[in-house]
Amino acid sequence: MSTTSASSTRNTAPTQTGDRVFSGIARTAGLAIVVALAGVFVFLAIEGIPGFFQPEQFYKGAGSFWGYVDNLIFGTVLVATIALIVAVPLAFGIALVVSHYAPKWIAGPVAYVIDLLAAVPSVVFGLWGINLFAPKMVPLYDWLHEHLGFLPFFKGPVNPVGTTLLTTGLVLAIMVLPIITAISREVFTQTPVLHEEAALALGATRWEMIRLAVFPYARSGMVSAVMLGLGRALGETMAVAMVLSGGGGISFNLITNSNPTSIAANIASQYKENTPGTLHVLIATGLVLFLITFLVNFAARWIVARNERRMSR
Amino acid sequence: MAKSIDVSELDIYYGDFLAVQGVNMTIQAKSVTAFIGPSGCGKSTFLRSLNRMHEVIPGARVEGKVMVDGQSLYEPNVDPVAVRRQIGMVFQRPNPFPTMSIYENVLAGNRLNAKKMKKAEADEIVESSLRGANLWTEVKDRLGRPGMGLSGGQQQRLCIARAIAVQPEVLLMDEPCSALDPISTSAIEDLIHELKTEYTIVIVTHNMQQAARVSDETGFFNLKAAGEPGHLVEFNSTQKMFANPDNESTEAYISGRFG
Amino acid sequence: MTATLTTPPATSSTIPLTHGRLPRWAPGLVAVVAIAAAGLFPLLLGWGVVPWVIVSVIFYIGGLTLWAAVVETRRSAVDRMVTSLVWTAFAIALVPLVSLLWTVISKGLPAINSTFLTYSAFRTSLDQPVGIYHAIMGTLVITFCAAVISVPIGIFAAIYLVEYGKGNRLARGITFLVDVMTGIPSIVAGLFAFSMFTLFFGAGYRSGIGGAVALSLLMIPIVVRSTEEMLRLVPDDLREAAYALGTPKWRTITKVVLRTSLGGIITGVTLATARIIGETAPLLLIAGLTTRTNMNPFDGFMTTLPVFIYSQFQKGTPADFDLAWGTALVLVVIVLLLNIAARVIGKIFAPKTGR
Repeated sequence: MSTTSASSTRNTAPTQTGDRVFSGIARTAGLAIVVALAGVFVFLAIEGIPGFFQPEQFYKGAGSFWGYVDNLIFGTVLVATIALIVAVPLAFGIALVVSHYAPKWIAGPVAYVIDLLAAVPSVVFGLWGINLFAPKMVPLYDWLHEHLGFLPFFKGPVNPVGTTLLTTGLVLAIMVLPIITAISREVFTQTPVLHEEAALALGATRWEMIRLAVFPYARSGMVSAVMLGLGRALGETMAVAMVLSGGGGISFNLITNSNPTSIAANIASQYKENTPGTLHVLIATGLVLFLITFLVNFAARWIVARNERRMSR
Repeated sequence: MAKSIDVSELDIYYGDFLAVQGVNMTIQAKSVTAFIGPSGCGKSTFLRSLNRMHEVIPGARVEGKVMVDGQSLYEPNVDPVAVRRQIGMVFQRPNPFPTMSIYENVLAGNRLNAKKMKKAEADEIVESSLRGANLWTEVKDRLGRPGMGLSGGQQQRLCIARAIAVQPEVLLMDEPCSALDPISTSAIEDLIHELKTEYTIVIVTHNMQQAARVSDETGFFNLKAAGEPGHLVEFNSTQKMFANPDNESTEAYISGRFG
Repeated sequence: MTATLTTPPATSSTIPLTHGRLPRWAPGLVAVVAIAAAGLFPLLLGWGVVPWVIVSVIFYIGGLTLWAAVVETRRSAVDRMVTSLVWTAFAIALVPLVSLLWTVISKGLPAINSTFLTYSAFRTSLDQPVGIYHAIMGTLVITFCAAVISVPIGIFAAIYLVEYGKGNRLARGITFLVDVMTGIPSIVAGLFAFSMFTLFFGAGYRSGIGGAVALSLLMIPIVVRSTEEMLRLVPDDLREAAYALGTPKWRTITKVVLRTSLGGIITGVTLATARIIGETAPLLLIAGLTTRTNMNPFDGFMTTLPVFIYSQFQKGTPADFDLAWGTALVLVVIVLLLNIAARVIGKIFAPKTGR
């Protein structure tokens, strides 16, 4: 594609033409992105909008599209929320260890391993989750049910193989952990030494220095790290499809075996039914998922932009 | 409040690298002491070892003694946090906290110790510190605005206000004017003159006229040779240093023959 | 002026430099005591190792914080507590991550032998060994196609943004859309490709290229972002130096800007490839599942390594899981090699005069 530029390097005459051609190619590539995204909307709309108005039998007893998708939205949001509640404090902790607590010889390799883990395919996490992690969690669930069973989350009965909403949330937490860690570590290490020293010279302890100098500086980066992790958790398909044995209505009971699944996992497990009606419905749920992740990203960007404006004032 | 500092046989290291060797000096209370010398001779490093900021850099350490009013700073039971709380520091480039208002910047150090402070008490600390830093009249109507919105010279005076708000005994200044224009510089120099009635001030400067203008005593640091550690060549009253120094290389440096 | 320098009302008495300090060995002692004290639970109540460890950590954090609060100050107690919490977070997070890597290696290695990589999963006789050759080929073909689509579009779009757009409306729009694209869930990308291809070619249409289109939707924003970042690192002085020599803009870009940032761009592309090579969901929808080796991306089902892992998982027998783990190991190794390659390339091409 770029051969047009390389082939004519030696003739000096048509520089004007060369410039025009090259900028044309660059512009076309930019427009291609616009077209691609328009395409995404158009094709999802063509195939998805009929999904809102299918005969009742395609909504699996839910009666209407919204009745059907509500369960899934609930499952998606709940599982992503669990993932974030667990992952965010851990990720900030690791990021702080790497950026401010650990000596260099630990911090370097750890940062590298975390970057690698961010690239491990989700299907591998799913395999690990169902094969190793889920069975290991059953004793914990038994314990939680026994001692904290009065809370709605642990009402049970306990799923004997551990393929519960809580397990899924924890697997997702482990998956988004490297992403959140990688971004927040970067912003933590970029804190100007100037501000750190200002805090230390006032007689701040290390933690007070982090609160005075590091966190305010890194705030917008931390927000976007969390939001990126949230986007990942909301859209994650394979790990949820593999680990969670879904198929229930809205419920906060996290350790039983009738939980709502997520939109993405539902698509992955239902698409084989292959009747046009089902496919339309699934694509419509995909549109809803797209909308949700879009809103999350948009909110993140808005927060970051507002924060940057405040910092630069 | 102000205290004197006694330094004896101080060696300062970065890991295995000996940066400054064998410094002995006595810094008088309620006076201004200036350190001059060519770049890289270890004067800033030495300054940072006076409030244990030096050891913030991984691998950095010192050997020898620094005594503040008879209390050794490097005893194992001394808390570096407490040391820095009492020996304030102003840096080369102004560094107010970017997310805080002027008001909050001044109080940043006080807030560490006293979570709950009465509003009246806080207001008083802010006013007296900003007055102490000759900044009050310029900012009193916009205390809620971000500290970063001030000019460079005002920011530096804000940092001085922040440092004196916690009532330190000693104020260390690491080339406080090197990032400022001449007018701001002279404002800071005037301020140093006023501050020395209350504080012991130690200032590192590249500018010999500045040392001559503001200080009572001057120390000249130099490298023994390229690659060798820095050391204190001469420590004398400023008058004597600039009129008739004891050491030949001091005279060479001051008269501009090198450095 | 000095008259206004009244001492603030706060205590002007000097705070002592020393206060009680825990000895250097305090954390170690607390750790030993915490482990021993928590050890009573397994001894008396028959608890397992995991609760023991958890209780030990709680005892340690609580004990050290309390001790510091009594002997030292409240502030240093908080500092010590945060330090232990942060390191605990670090340790907690490492457990599953290490477990994951260990499981993939220990369960994957036994599955790998000479036939594993060279046979497809299609059997012509019952005793024929099963392998993942078809999935490796499928992965290579689909990833290659996705890269062929994404890399030129991504790089040229980045060039447009940095060199030509300079904040005009189209450039701002593209930047926004690239942001949106970064957030597209992979299953939605798959649905898009599925909708488009089945609309054009009939409901039963499946092919590798459909998967590649879906993947490139995920890859383009990564390539644009990383290339953009690299191009912006090229100092304007270099561009101006080239213009001053009378070089036309497009040759300045190809000869100066791209050459300077080449290493960074290749690193970015390699990392983007590593990112999409493990995608499953979109391919499940549009590329389908087959046991045969198919090298033609435009016709017929094509299976990649992640999809193969998922299909083995769905079959669900222990033998199928063994194959899945072996495949997972191969996939992880490929991702690992791509990451290492990206680092090495980045190092080799890094500007020599850098920091």
